[in-house]
Amino acid sequence: MKVVYERPKTLEKVTNHYCPGCHHGILHALIAEVLDEMGLAEKAVGVAPVGCAVLAYNYLDIDWIEAPHGRAVAIATGIKLAHPDVLVFTYQGDGDAAAIGLAETMYGAIRGVNVTTFLYNNAIYGMTGGQMAPTTLLGMKTTTSPYGRDAKREGYPLKMAETIALQGGTAFSARTALFNPKMIMETKKRIRQVFELQMKGAGFTFLEVVGTCPTNWGMSPVDATKFAETEMVKTFPLGVYKELKEVE
Amino acid sequence: MSERILMKGNEAVGEAAVRAGCRLYFGYPITPASEIAEYMAYRLPQVGGTFVQAESEVSAVNMVYGAAAAGKYAMTASSSPGFSLMQEAISYMAGAEVPAVLVNVVRGGPGLGDIQPAQSDYFQMTKGGGHGDYRLLVFAPYTIQEVVNLMPTAYELAFKYRNPVVLALDGLIGQMMEAVEFTDFRNPDEIPIPEWAVSGKFRHGGKKNINTSLDLIPEKLEAHNWKLQKKYSEIEEKETRFSYFGVDNPETLVVAYGTVARVAMSALKKLLNAGRSIGILRPITLWPFPKQALAEKARHAKRIVVLEMSSGQMIEDVKLSVFDPNKQYEFYGHPGGVTFTPTEIEEYLVRG
Repeated sequence: MKVVYERPKTLEKVTNHYCPGCHHGILHALIAEVLDEMGLAEKAVGVAPVGCAVLAYNYLDIDWIEAPHGRAVAIATGIKLAHPDVLVFTYQGDGDAAAIGLAETMYGAIRGVNVTTFLYNNAIYGMTGGQMAPTTLLGMKTTTSPYGRDAKREGYPLKMAETIALQGGTAFSARTALFNPKMIMETKKRIRQVFELQMKGAGFTFLEVVGTCPTNWGMSPVDATKFAETEMVKTFPLGVYKELKEVE
Repeated sequence: MSERILMKGNEAVGEAAVRAGCRLYFGYPITPASEIAEYMAYRLPQVGGTFVQAESEVSAVNMVYGAAAAGKYAMTASSSPGFSLMQEAISYMAGAEVPAVLVNVVRGGPGLGDIQPAQSDYFQMTKGGGHGDYRLLVFAPYTIQEVVNLMPTAYELAFKYRNPVVLALDGLIGQMMEAVEFTDFRNPDEIPIPEWAVSGKFRHGGKKNINTSLDLIPEKLEAHNWKLQKKYSEIEEKETRFSYFGVDNPETLVVAYGTVARVAMSALKKLLNAGRSIGILRPITLWPFPKQALAEKARHAKRIVVLEMSSGQMIEDVKLSVFDPNKQYEFYGHPGGVTFTPTEIEEYLVRG
């Protein structure tokens, strides 16, 4: 018998704390698969955020550091300069990377820091119980936008993949999702691409991944996945926004 | 000792760090500390190091956090308002036991204050300026030479105890020029990457390292806190430094550090020549504070005079150390960036 699929070696055999229907687990598994396939787990350092993925260090069998809220790219910058031979990635939520840590994330792109940032965008602060995020959709009700996000009052959703793509030091910026097998395979392909670019020293690589938060959206896992596919992508169109073809 | 060079205090900080083996500097401009960043921007590329101008002090100190957690000698420097911004990461580093050397060229506050020398960050540096129970090793050199001499020690102790170390300067030491002798270069390639470093599993035997200050189980976090406290006790026991100048059992004991101690020294010399029973105890480490030495020197003293360029911060530690309500404690200080003159101190000590 031929093994066609098995649990990624780098994915720790522990029960994770994510809610049913949350897509964080898929993204973790994809990163683990790519690290295995590329043989990079020994050389990888992950930077965990503050937010739902704060315990990511328990789930992937690589070196990890847990950053102060929003500071992941600054931490990653220090690690990469200390050891240019390691693969450094940050794994952040929308609040962490796009609100409190917006300056750090932007300067990763402006400075062209040779690290990778994964932004899990589920339009909400999950860990703290469902408050409005910089990426909360217009009209979306959260605990701190109880009447629905109104552009006049709370401003507009921040489009990170597009913004990062505009910066000179960005080697790659794209938005993918995880709501069906095709998109999962697409995300995996992009994870491999950003890791390859980093190992070539291309500059800042950024992958925004549209995910769900069934618990704080108040939806079943199936409905949440459907909402990501039909509603989230209207504000956050999927696609590649910048892609360096040749690395000097 | 190799060369004797006339150098500005802030530049000497940079050169001393380079010689101690630091090759990574992350900075953000602020008066009166900017020359440290400028010097490193010029100097580090010459020795294969890297200088990064961060987008804020918050980012700069987190870059240090990353580099130090990866096991390297890294540094940032700032001045009071910028140092306030770094407190979050400093608390994390203390919790996650990350070693780093941080320089605070203190200026007048509160708020934006001014850009003149001050000592009003004493509480912030010695009492844990950020959240949680933690301590930093705080050195307060009083000459540029002492800054240079303490630099290798600062790195050694930061890594020995896995704790941030602060060099507490003030605007005067940072900005003035003096002749200094430098130590020889330490080759950074010979500084081993510690086993605990977040540097890729292949560097430490294939077992993963996690660097975090988080532990959601209160009993485990309590145990970690007690472990930290045990470490701080060891630091208190082994690393307390001070100097004393004056008669053995002075009637008047002066306590001052940094620039104030240096100015006071001129006054003390004159008063000692005039036959007065006086002495000055100068803490070299603000934390750990030289409690025992101070209590011993204060045993026969009637007056204990604390001089600070603040409205009175260290005096609290002086009182706690002497712990005798029958002593006369006097505070004489200048908050807001005003520097003492020797004559002024002499007159105050004579006048009483």
